[in-house]
Amino acid sequence: MYSLMINGKRQKVAVSPDTPLLWVIREHVGLTGTKFGCSKAQCGACTVLIDGRAERSCQTQVKDAVGKKITTIEGIPDNNPVKKAWISEDVPQCGYCQSGQMLQAVALLKAKPKPTEADIDEFMSGCICRCGTYQSIRKAIHIAAGMSSKGGGK
Amino acid sequence: MSRIVNISRRDFLKTGAMVGGGLILGFSIPGAAPGTPVKPKAPFSPNAFIRIGTDNIVTVIVNKSEMGQGVYTSLPMLIAEELECDWSKIRVEPAPVAPEYNHTEWGQLQGTGGSSSVRSTWDQFRKAGAAARMMLVKAAASNWQVSPDSCRAEKGYVINDGLNKRLNFGALAEKASRLSPPKEITLKGPGDFKVIGRPTRRLDTVDKVRGKALFGIDAKVEGMLVAVVSRAPVFGGKVKTFNDEKARKVAGVKHVVQVPSGVAVIAADFWSANKGRDSLEIEWDLGENAGLSTEDMRARYTGLAATAGIVAKKEGDAEKAFASAVRKLTAQYEVPYLAHATMEPLNCLVDLRKDSCEIWTGTQFQTVDRNNAASISGLEPEKVKIHTMFLGGGFGRRANPRSDFVSEAVHVAKALKKPVKVIWTREDDIHGGYYRPMWHDRISAGIDEKGMPVAWRHTIAGQSIIKGTLFEQGFIKDGIDKTSVEGAADIPYSIPNVYVDLHSTDVNVPVLWWRSVGHSHTAFVVESFMDELAHAAGKDPYEYRMALLDKHPRHRAVLEIAAKKAGWGTPLPKGHARGIAVHESFGSIVAQVAEVSVGKGGEVRVHNVVCAIDCGSVVNPATVKAQMESGIVFGLSATLFSEITFKGGRVEQSNFHDYEVARMKDMPGIDVHIMPGKEPPQGVGEPGVPPVAPAVCNAIFTLTGKRIRRLPIRAEELKA
Ligand code: FES
Ligand code: FES
Repeated sequence: MYSLMINGKRQKVAVSPDTPLLWVIREHVGLTGTKFGCSKAQCGACTVLIDGRAERSCQTQVKDAVGKKITTIEGIPDNNPVKKAWISEDVPQCGYCQSGQMLQAVALLKAKPKPTEADIDEFMSGCICRCGTYQSIRKAIHIAAGMSSKGGGK
Repeated sequence: MSRIVNISRRDFLKTGAMVGGGLILGFSIPGAAPGTPVKPKAPFSPNAFIRIGTDNIVTVIVNKSEMGQGVYTSLPMLIAEELECDWSKIRVEPAPVAPEYNHTEWGQLQGTGGSSSVRSTWDQFRKAGAAARMMLVKAAASNWQVSPDSCRAEKGYVINDGLNKRLNFGALAEKASRLSPPKEITLKGPGDFKVIGRPTRRLDTVDKVRGKALFGIDAKVEGMLVAVVSRAPVFGGKVKTFNDEKARKVAGVKHVVQVPSGVAVIAADFWSANKGRDSLEIEWDLGENAGLSTEDMRARYTGLAATAGIVAKKEGDAEKAFASAVRKLTAQYEVPYLAHATMEPLNCLVDLRKDSCEIWTGTQFQTVDRNNAASISGLEPEKVKIHTMFLGGGFGRRANPRSDFVSEAVHVAKALKKPVKVIWTREDDIHGGYYRPMWHDRISAGIDEKGMPVAWRHTIAGQSIIKGTLFEQGFIKDGIDKTSVEGAADIPYSIPNVYVDLHSTDVNVPVLWWRSVGHSHTAFVVESFMDELAHAAGKDPYEYRMALLDKHPRHRAVLEIAAKKAGWGTPLPKGHARGIAVHESFGSIVAQVAEVSVGKGGEVRVHNVVCAIDCGSVVNPATVKAQMESGIVFGLSATLFSEITFKGGRVEQSNFHDYEVARMKDMPGIDVHIMPGKEPPQGVGEPGVPPVAPAVCNAIFTLTGKRIRRLPIRAEELKA
């Protein structure tokens, strides 16, 4: 039995220790916003925040997530600049990759509140979008960065 | 299957009312948990596509699958235009499988594909909206005891200006439901459009941003188990024997069953099932394909393309014209098998009972899947219910005449007798077949003294997508699969003598339509070769095309806009060059100009793509723009990175590290220009794909003098 802190809520799960956090979140906790895309750290669809850092939940075994603060897309408030910018830019197409993209962007803006194009290339290239929404993602990141700085440079 | 009655476009208004009423009974919507019955207060169901509740909510029942292309927004826009409802009150629900929802152009099939959703519902959905509005107006008029002509509808109200009265749709729903649908409907002219043509935000964005949109992989029912299937490592292979002793010992594994496609390991959760599968010991009979290799196939196709195939197009006398031409140019092009690699791996949840079967999945082919599920389960098709979930990408992969991922899941459920969701891993997906076929093209042109083509010969070799499917009758004529030669047998250029022929090869690799289908290879070949001709003639590739497009003003117009907006002919930074291409597909014409540079190691960088599209009337410009961007990125992946190859019968790639696709760092700036059009709308989901590869490769030629004739581009070929 593992006890996890996900989106500020304590969750107890009975799974084998090597189970990837991705599947624990999706199947045992029932939060399906986090997506499965490759299981090989290649696509970023499974990205969540672990203690504020963007991590691939397909690579994190449940035993290593104990005692850490895990945030999934469901735990990002609606007034978060990234979510707001994603809505105002109408970013998603099929939408499947977008929770991973958004969490990656949240972590990017935390590390670099005013990211350059090169920062975006470097930080976001781990998250594949087969629908090719990259241009909208780039724009939404800049908009979110603008909102954050206007809101007091958080 | 024989019970399906095709309802013609005109008939739906008659029959729809009845069917629409029946639809209120529980089926689920993406965004709600599967199995949650929808119980809206919706007394007014004037037809199969609209339900209006006393709460003013207008539910639009959409019979096309939402796979990113925006149909859950553009189709409701068609209804809203005529219904005059309040846009904020629109809700979308996926249609169940029923004849009313058949594609208006595909006979007795409900499905999504061929960039046809808006085109094929353009009249149907607007009429549905208009009929509902007329009934609401009539209901209000009779309330006020005035003539319907003195009333109008606006933003969800029926208004009578003379009486200064208004009633909202919700208040009229009950009464309108007792009226019979109008016999005659007049639709608005384009000049009166208020919704159509406006950039409109997607209705599904908020749910998708919140992580609340439910895809097939998210579907869940009580008592459901999860399965992964071990499939033959070679196409056509079969299980000889297997030992599941170790697999059954894996914690969480509950069952191991053999199905026609392989061995399924079933567990309480995905991870246990997957570990169980890793522990399976299977001896395969690899069958006839154990020796399949891409290198052998390339040699064979090259040889084939140099011989005469079945004639697909003959105009004038190419042979004679070649004999008298001043010069002859010949080139051989090739493209590989490609996987769709939808972001959401394939999956399907099946709850099979004694006399019912419920399926939750992201599919583009509802009727086909339902019928295949029926024949496997032994149930009448009417007993099979399909819940269409959001699709995490389709690109054609989820429109399989053989329903592979649905059929297999039904087999597993049948063996198990419990609800089960089959999940494919990325490796399963990349190895799973149904690829865009590998193609070889040999192409020649005879040129006159001015450098203009007088003879054209194009020989194509590759597998038919249609052969052996239920679409043979519609798509194969005189041995020619239309989808193999589309974009090649109908080139727009004024060349007096044209000869196109086809070798449909017999290879046991499952193939399927892949976003833009035949155009995904013919545009590359035709538009690259046009560029070869222009350079051979010492002419500007843009001017050269314009001169040969004298009979195609729409092609000329998009080319001109793309060239102008890209600054064709103006100076570029050192080491950059532009390439141009134009191609018609799915009724739309797209021109693109790519700006490219090549690094010392031969790595290609696409900086900008300027795109112009003529897709007739534009319903949602925001969607057209998004689809152009999407198509360009999809095409870039195939141009720069992706290929499926075989060795020893096995696919050599397995995941995104070796089946590479475009990422943020590869992304060019994309600038889309939409031509204003008055003709009925045409496709946008696919037409953005075909021109990218030739535009990029043409730029590379201008820059380096090296002609790329094989995709994906290989850096070795371009090393300084
Ligand atoms: S599923 Fe984790 S990176 Fe792809
Ligand atoms: S929106 Fe479809 S994969 Fe990104």
